[in-house]
Amino acid sequence: MTQYAFYFDGTRCTGCKTCEFACKDYYDLNTEFQYRKVYECSGGTTEKNSDGHIETSCFAYYVSMSCNHCDSPACVEVCPTGAMHKDAETGLVSVDADKCVGCGYCHMACPYNAPKVDREKGHSVKCDGCAERMASGERPICVRACPARALDFGTVEEMSKLGERGNIAPLPEPSYTNPNLYIKPSADALPAGHEDGKVANPLEVM
Amino acid sequence: MSEAMPTLSRRAFVKTTGALGALAAVGGAAATDSLFGNGVAQASADSEEKVTWGHCAINCPGRCALRIHTKDDEVVWVEGDTSDDNNIDEMQVRCCLRGRSYRRWINHPDRLNYPMKRVGRRGEGKFERISWDEAIDTIAEKLKYTIDTYGNEAIYIHMGSGTSSTTARPYWRMFNVLGGSLQFYGSYSTHQLTYTTPFVIGSGSGSTLNVIEDATLYLAFGSNPTVTTQGGGCGHTDYVRMRENTKAKIVHVDPRLTDTVAGHCDEWLPINPGTDAALIAGLAHYLIEHDLVDLDFLHTYCVGYDEETMPEAYKGRNMSYYAYIMGEGYDKVEKTPEWASKITGIAPQKIEELAQEIGTTEALFVDQGYGSQRRSNGEWNCWAIMVLPALVGQVGKPGTNSGYPHGSYSINLTSIPDLENPIKEQIPCYLYTDAIDHGHEMTAKNAGVKSGDAVKSDIKFMFYGAGNCLTNQHGDINRTHDILADESKCEFIVCTNTVLCDSAKYADILLPDSFRFEQVSMIGTGGDTGYMIAGQPCTSRKFERKDPYEIATLISRAMGTEEEFTEGKTQEEWIKELYEKDRAKDPSLPTYDEAMEMGVYKKANPKGKTIALEAFVADPSANPLKTASGKIEIFSESVEKLAETWDLAEDEQFHGLPLYIPEWYGVETTTKENPLVLTGFHYRGRQHSSWGNIDILKEANPQEVWINPADAEERGIVSGDTVSVTNDFGETHLLAKVTPRIVPGTVAISQGAWHEADMYGDRVDKGGCINTLTCYRPSPLSKGNPQHSNICQVTKIAG
Repeated sequence: MTQYAFYFDGTRCTGCKTCEFACKDYYDLNTEFQYRKVYECSGGTTEKNSDGHIETSCFAYYVSMSCNHCDSPACVEVCPTGAMHKDAETGLVSVDADKCVGCGYCHMACPYNAPKVDREKGHSVKCDGCAERMASGERPICVRACPARALDFGTVEEMSKLGERGNIAPLPEPSYTNPNLYIKPSADALPAGHEDGKVANPLEVM
Repeated sequence: MSEAMPTLSRRAFVKTTGALGALAAVGGAAATDSLFGNGVAQASADSEEKVTWGHCAINCPGRCALRIHTKDDEVVWVEGDTSDDNNIDEMQVRCCLRGRSYRRWINHPDRLNYPMKRVGRRGEGKFERISWDEAIDTIAEKLKYTIDTYGNEAIYIHMGSGTSSTTARPYWRMFNVLGGSLQFYGSYSTHQLTYTTPFVIGSGSGSTLNVIEDATLYLAFGSNPTVTTQGGGCGHTDYVRMRENTKAKIVHVDPRLTDTVAGHCDEWLPINPGTDAALIAGLAHYLIEHDLVDLDFLHTYCVGYDEETMPEAYKGRNMSYYAYIMGEGYDKVEKTPEWASKITGIAPQKIEELAQEIGTTEALFVDQGYGSQRRSNGEWNCWAIMVLPALVGQVGKPGTNSGYPHGSYSINLTSIPDLENPIKEQIPCYLYTDAIDHGHEMTAKNAGVKSGDAVKSDIKFMFYGAGNCLTNQHGDINRTHDILADESKCEFIVCTNTVLCDSAKYADILLPDSFRFEQVSMIGTGGDTGYMIAGQPCTSRKFERKDPYEIATLISRAMGTEEEFTEGKTQEEWIKELYEKDRAKDPSLPTYDEAMEMGVYKKANPKGKTIALEAFVADPSANPLKTASGKIEIFSESVEKLAETWDLAEDEQFHGLPLYIPEWYGVETTTKENPLVLTGFHYRGRQHSSWGNIDILKEANPQEVWINPADAEERGIVSGDTVSVTNDFGETHLLAKVTPRIVPGTVAISQGAWHEADMYGDRVDKGGCINTLTCYRPSPLSKGNPQHSNICQVTKIAG
């Protein structure tokens, strides 16, 4: 098997969400579904001191993330029907719509908030790494869309050379599922699981 | 990959046209059925996907290339100019999230399809379908009546920026053939800057972003290029690349920690809004005290730094910039860093440190966005920013800029000629409602009328193509409504648009417009690299929508001026002819047919990098600036004379020098009722108000007021609460974003959200439209829009 992986360059990402919307357009997703999401992580303070001068320790950065096609995917482990599966050739995780009963266990299990049940379709939906595009030799639609060139996709051997595995807040510790997401963090970025690394835009990503 | 097969959606399947074609050739429907089950064959029989080049035309400088994918004559998805080559040095005009959402706008259920006439009151949004014949006949009849009754002076086209190309705006030409119309000057984006710059450095000239690669300090004011120039060809990619290639220390002076700075937060220097000129005065004081000003440069290239270069008439009167800074002239107050700190909120030692760096750095690039100038004291902010690099002689050399907003290398294509307008008078665009209400009272001295002493008539007939500046993007919507709703004032309003935006609700006749990618179109622009885009219609013409050239032709026909308007040419013939003339001037451009085939054509800047004012600095006598003196005017005699002769209120006094002038509605003038400063900004999910009705964009880019935790806590507000923002001009409701990314005492609302108010009821806006709260009073010098200068109160409504 050749495991495929995403790469995210946090020093380049400006939080513009073109990746998210390229995906939404290509897969015709409505307001309720995002296969790729852009998290804002911010904290610190900006205050006026006793002299009336502005002092800031504010930090803010964005993390663009889809399904991380984990080595130990929690969604696959909990799926009662085998619909959620990891491809034997590419390591990409996807849903077999014919087998999926829409129970939502995958949605609850995934620490990255990737799968979601589409009640209209009656099954789980999520990023499949643009498997179809990959089969015809093209990169995922999000990677090709990014104006800041902050995303990449390729074999885990290639991507792992570019960054560190899944270690950025507000993501959980990568040891849970071993995500195939490699990250070059920006100067402001906090490590995964850091208590100050809170999601500052919950409305935009849930 | 066989396991993945059953997950193929019908749409994903039809995208693989190559495979489908092969299958169809071998076994046709039977073969596809055996693989994918019943029903797919029928769906795929007519499913060839077609790709057409087109371009975005909304008012960001991007004009991104679009590759529009259609099937069965309907748009199915949209991509930009992109390839699998992900190298950041490989220039691609990758469109932004808005470009990627075009399908939702093109196919929007509320898209205008037929001509309509208003059946409710103006602003109510009630319309009835009519025929094109009735629409054109009504327009022609009202036009003849207006010309006969009031003259061509009573006709007006307001600024609309919802479409651009070489033939997108033919309506001035249409009216000029008919005897002309009242003109406007300036814009809602850069009015104060555009007005002030000719006095200071002549024509606007900014270095390209890649010049910052050679800088050692990059200092930007009110600039957020990764959002305001979000597309891949016009700034976003160039900025990200520049940041990796430069060794310069980067400093962004801004009341908000913008998305440009996100991830690089040590670059943020927070400041109270509207106080840039005060910061620069404080910096100048330190530079003077520490002998860090470049006197040789100031005496050779500039006017008005000190007595030595003051114009004769103003010598010996302590009216120089030096005299202002050192407390010898004007208010007699020394502009120490301590003084500046009280206004800007920046600690004195920080101002001193920054001044020391400015004075000693090897190559200083001073940049500004449009944020600092879009204010009641905007002229003085943008002027002061242009003075800063001159103080230290950091102009015209590698790694420097003029202080004007950074520039681009563009392919400039010629537009369809407007022809000569027999009506010469021009009004500042922000005063269009005054010109409706009391145009006949507007003069050069009381309202900045140009090319004439006075407006000759009130506006009685308004034509408005592809814009939302009548109300949504104009100041003080509630006041504006009162003027527009009075049908005795402007008697007739025609709007063209693709959707029923707030401005279009004021139309008497509303015409269904087309996107540029629904017709033949060409446009040129650029960033570090120049590019142009040529496109063909992506689908057949739907419903009864028409393009602007066609609409103008029909109106001209009804008025008996078709021949003069068209000169016998179709839109495509015009585009081709105009392009061939451009190609004659620049033979390196591809042929018309080649351009249409390639879609996007890119041209590297032959100089590599463009340095602002380079020729002037190399040889100032051979290459003088287009200012009165030919030099950089720190003091402008022309502006001083305007101050002496214009009708100005007590609190509108100014001088020919970039003094810090406190704002009417600013950090120094908040009140008990309105204790917070309110500023606007550009949002990623809209370009001004364009895309403001697209549900998926609204969902992921909620309309929020940014508020500092200290201000939020006082009011019991947490992120996600619905709040009411109020002031003397109105009330708007939106969500709160509690964030340390904004300075305390200031809140910020992204401009452009769609106004949602019952204008014949309570007038409370539920859309979070900032112009419910902006003031109409124009800035004193340029008569520009102070839409970032506001004060307000914020109150929690619901959790």
